[in-house]
Amino acid sequence: MSTATEQVKVTDEAHPISPYFRMDRLPHIWCSTCGIGTVVKCFATALGETEVDLDKTSIVSGIGCTGRVAGYMKLDAFHTTHGRAIPFATGLKLGRPELLVTVFSGDGDLSGIGGNHFIHAARRRMDLLVILVNNFIYGMTGGQNAPTTPLSAKTSTMPYGNFEPPFNLPHLAASCGATYVARWTCLHTRRLTRSFKEAIKRKGFRFIEVIAPCSTLYARLNRLGTGFNLMRFYHDSAEINHSADPKDVGIDFQDRIICGKFVDEERPTFLDLMKKHYEETLGDKYMPMPPEGGMIHE
Amino acid sequence: MKTDPAGVLTGSHYLDGDFACGEGAMAAGCRFVGGYPITPSTEVVERISRRFPMMGGTFIQMEDEMASMAAVVGASWTGTKALTVTSGPGFSLMMENIGLAVMMETPCVVVNVQRGGPSTGLPTMVGQADMMQARWGSHGDYEIIALCPQSPQESFDLMIDAFNLSEIYRTPVLLMMDECVGHMTEKVVIPKAEDIEIVPRTLTTKKPGEFMPYQADGGHVPEFARAGDGYRFHTTGLTHDERGYPVMSVECQEKNIGRLMAKIRDNTDKIVRFEEEGVEGADVVLVTYGITARVAQMAMEVARERGVKVGMLRLIVAWPFPEKRISELAGKIKAFVVPEINYGQMVLEVQRVAEGRVPTVLVPHPGGGVHEPETIVEAILGATK
Repeated sequence: MSTATEQVKVTDEAHPISPYFRMDRLPHIWCSTCGIGTVVKCFATALGETEVDLDKTSIVSGIGCTGRVAGYMKLDAFHTTHGRAIPFATGLKLGRPELLVTVFSGDGDLSGIGGNHFIHAARRRMDLLVILVNNFIYGMTGGQNAPTTPLSAKTSTMPYGNFEPPFNLPHLAASCGATYVARWTCLHTRRLTRSFKEAIKRKGFRFIEVIAPCSTLYARLNRLGTGFNLMRFYHDSAEINHSADPKDVGIDFQDRIICGKFVDEERPTFLDLMKKHYEETLGDKYMPMPPEGGMIHE
Repeated sequence: MKTDPAGVLTGSHYLDGDFACGEGAMAAGCRFVGGYPITPSTEVVERISRRFPMMGGTFIQMEDEMASMAAVVGASWTGTKALTVTSGPGFSLMMENIGLAVMMETPCVVVNVQRGGPSTGLPTMVGQADMMQARWGSHGDYEIIALCPQSPQESFDLMIDAFNLSEIYRTPVLLMMDECVGHMTEKVVIPKAEDIEIVPRTLTTKKPGEFMPYQADGGHVPEFARAGDGYRFHTTGLTHDERGYPVMSVECQEKNIGRLMAKIRDNTDKIVRFEEEGVEGADVVLVTYGITARVAQMAMEVARERGVKVGMLRLIVAWPFPEKRISELAGKIKAFVVPEINYGQMVLEVQRVAEGRVPTVLVPHPGGGVHEPETIVEAILGATK
């Protein structure tokens, strides 16, 4: 009897991320040992610890495995089209400037089909927090080559190994104007959470890349073992170097992964620049959109 | 409600269709525009970008048309009325997120100032060849609303109607202009703000715990909650249930898409709009739209002088198509004549609805110009033989 009572007690206790997660959508679609859940947990923890107004926080995803994150977060959540999370989020932010708008998507979505949007949002200093989970492959469609696949890694569309040089995403983001650029792996949960907390509080285009295991496809096609083996690999191969020049942090196949916070600079954002410019050029005639947005009420 | 006076440039103006269209958007309460330059539509956003900072509006020139349309859908979820403007090639790129707007039931307006196509085609010259793309351009089954102005004044007026329809039915509405109307300069009268009736975004009055984003409560159109008001809703381009959660099943697809279709189809009578002239007792009825209606007007007058009883039905709303009226006419007249600046698009609808009861004669034009009225006259005369 006492055992049964204890069991009830245990199930009654809410999971720490339940205030931030749509528990009614469990079970989620991610494979066991997939890294995305870890990133979500860190993000939820960061939301809780920074005490942001969750009612004023939106999350936008594109398509793919990481593209499902928006669907599980208990925020105003938008599961949009492939590659278009950033421009969708741009409209959301400009339509109601007081919102904290986060973009959570994968490497294929944000740097492949959405690559043009990525560089332009960074260039504009658009006020978005962009979280990119990089598993080096298109997961949901079955392991095809990605713009992040390391040279020589095998994918279902590069069965003899990839010969296309991949993106160095922190370098791309930094060179386009991102105000905050960091990279961690799924192993660095404490540091990743801290990075999320910092980036939530910053302004402008903030970019965090998280290297995550895909044991179902990337690890299997490359005979790298399971998610556990990949986590061990991160343990052995990740180097933390905050002062690394972003141009030097490209990733080679099963080689060292340089992690850290590479950029953290305060710069005026798109909204700051627009306001300042119109105030200077239009003076009293300028009527900015109010923080609560451009909706015309009855 | 009456519109926000900040966006209304009351008075009598001499404007081209593009500028009038921009003024219509601002008068309708549009306060977000994401756009990408493309001839012959760019003047619309040039007008708006000049005036927006003085009325609390935000214009952003996006990196391409896919981004423009995505930003418009995003902005609309804040309750801000949103618009994008383009022409053929950009319209093709917008199809992806027009579909998203349909699926997420997002009010927004897309202007296509049509030019000659396909591909880059005739960037500076007129076309009407995107009419079927307007109806079917995005993948999957859906219904859409498309309006066709024939003058700068109507570009202004229909813009307000377009925004209102998009709010009523929570759907993208397409304003299918053409280069001639866009670049034609005429008198445009902009009324006082108190004389412009707009449909505001209506927010749900339900509490966050009770609200479901796609629960239609008996009707076809669900209540709306905007981002940032504490509803923490979920929306997706995937087939979804009333909670907005993805459900991959035939049953859910039928319920979801069935309702999207029905909210337009069941209200077709309320949405369709056309203008008729001399149709009663006519032997031949011209079915026209946009700039071609104005060319056909002259052809109609000439044909009447030559003794033909000819009338005209001008489509103001092209989609949904006025099936009921065309079908009625098919039982009364001897022939339809459909001039359009393409090789046959809206004529297919007329033929479909006429069901072979009367001949339907297409007067095609390849694009790059308008018809010679005489070619339409000849078609009218030929149709009566």
